[in-house]
Amino acid sequence: MAHLSNTASAEFTQDRTMILNMGPQHPSTHGVLRLLLEIDGERVVRMVPDIGFLHTGIEKTCEAKFYQQVVTLTDRIDYLCPMTNNLCYVLAVEKLLQLEIPERAVFIRVMLNELTRIASHLVWLGTHALDMGAMSVFLYCFREREDILRIFEMVSGQRMMTSYFRIGGLSLEPPLDFYGKVRDFVKLFPERIDEYENLLTSNRIWVDRTKGVARLSAEDCISLGVTGPALRASGVDWDLRRDMPYCGYDKFQFKVPVSNDGDVYARYLLRIQELRESISMVKQALDGLPDGPIKAEAPKVVLPDREKMKTQMEALIYHFKIVTEGFSVPAGEVYQAIESPRGEMGYYVVSDGTPKPYRVHMRSPSYANLQALEKMCVGRLLADVVAAIGSIDIVLGEIDR
Amino acid sequence: MSNGIAPAITDLEQLKGHPALAKLLPWKQTAVVGAKFDRGELSVEIDRTYIREACSVLQPDFNFLSDLTCVDWFPSEPRFQVTYNLLSHKLKERVRLKVMLPGDDPVAESIMPVWPSANFFEREIFDLFGVRFLGHPNLRRIMMPEDWEGHPLRKDYPVEGYR
Repeated sequence: MAHLSNTASAEFTQDRTMILNMGPQHPSTHGVLRLLLEIDGERVVRMVPDIGFLHTGIEKTCEAKFYQQVVTLTDRIDYLCPMTNNLCYVLAVEKLLQLEIPERAVFIRVMLNELTRIASHLVWLGTHALDMGAMSVFLYCFREREDILRIFEMVSGQRMMTSYFRIGGLSLEPPLDFYGKVRDFVKLFPERIDEYENLLTSNRIWVDRTKGVARLSAEDCISLGVTGPALRASGVDWDLRRDMPYCGYDKFQFKVPVSNDGDVYARYLLRIQELRESISMVKQALDGLPDGPIKAEAPKVVLPDREKMKTQMEALIYHFKIVTEGFSVPAGEVYQAIESPRGEMGYYVVSDGTPKPYRVHMRSPSYANLQALEKMCVGRLLADVVAAIGSIDIVLGEIDR
Repeated sequence: MSNGIAPAITDLEQLKGHPALAKLLPWKQTAVVGAKFDRGELSVEIDRTYIREACSVLQPDFNFLSDLTCVDWFPSEPRFQVTYNLLSHKLKERVRLKVMLPGDDPVAESIMPVWPSANFFEREIFDLFGVRFLGHPNLRRIMMPEDWEGHPLRKDYPVEGYR
């Protein structure tokens, strides 16, 4: 398709092709993504993604809030993995402050972060299968996701917009029966993964729809900025959790699944393997959970415990000051990246020494991954577009921010 | 220092061992305006005329463009700071390149020939900051509507918008 490689404008001139508008309210676009497709019969000749329908200016809003208030905004950019976004922002600010986080908080963070990854992958699996006509997988996946959301509700009081991680630790000690609930889930989940696999992995229709579809080479992935499972499915062995560890991931044992096929089926198998690795990490975090505090020793940054406030004057003063004036962060800039379920999630935070961030930029994985969509779909059938969108697992809230 | 943060290193002599500077300094000393090692991260300020070449010099080692964004330092001059976060899969290392652009002429060369992934990022900066990228094939708004006036992430743009 060399003669059509110019994507400079959305004006389509060829006589024998037609323009198909897909979205913004199309069920398989996972949000409000609009695709302008130029098709020749059933073959895609060109594709222009049109985004921005969910743009809410979160980056601008961040500049008007105190550092601790921004945590609640980060939930809302990628609503399928709120804990991951919280973690990334919180790590960035902790890096700016050079705060040491207690071991116990680190373990609970990893545990919840991996549960978030499972929840996010379950939504992906359910909706991806639903797009391709497999209705029952969706119901199975959402059954387990519900368990995870109940766990989130136990620790944070919220099912989706958790805001549980705070700068300097966690907001509260998890309730006592939390660990039992997580343990139950860890016991139950591996056989549930087998159930999903029974439905799909060797299902003839599924394999036909996904194998060899929407191929991406390793070079294309790197030049187009693709990260996460889509990158690993193309044969690049790169996982930030292992290669540039953050938040205590170096204390955990896990395998990074890699495949060389680079198609939709490879991405599916890889995410299924990631589910198994994640659940083993949750188990490791449960087994190795150390005792100790859940907040860093930094009274000017971390809100004091309720009990302390009732007995200690200083605690009350610090609480009042943090809530009314915020805390100031020494000037500087950091870029903190973590491995979100979709790829490299990065926060670039610039501080000018005041209690409000000067600039917060979110490098969202879906935004970069979306650029690869055209490469995946051109020359293939229209029906494969749906498979390709599902396989890169985009979340539009994160793309538009 | 009272806040417990190690002071930043800005001396090029001390930093020249970093793989990014080891590449850039022998290539063109004048392209490197300054460097700063702060909180474990290296930022290198590049002269605006050399940014695309600097990227292609680094590209064999730092093979991945992680992030591309902009900071508005209004009202000080030069006003815009375009920030390139590069990642090396091989060295497991990051480097941040910065280009300062004046407020009355915010133009930088597009790095799309080096990394096609810069496409959306540059469009986003154009849309939200009004920084233009020379050589970008499709520099149109991406987040805001086509007929939107102003660039919302600029510091002189009110948070509530214009009413």
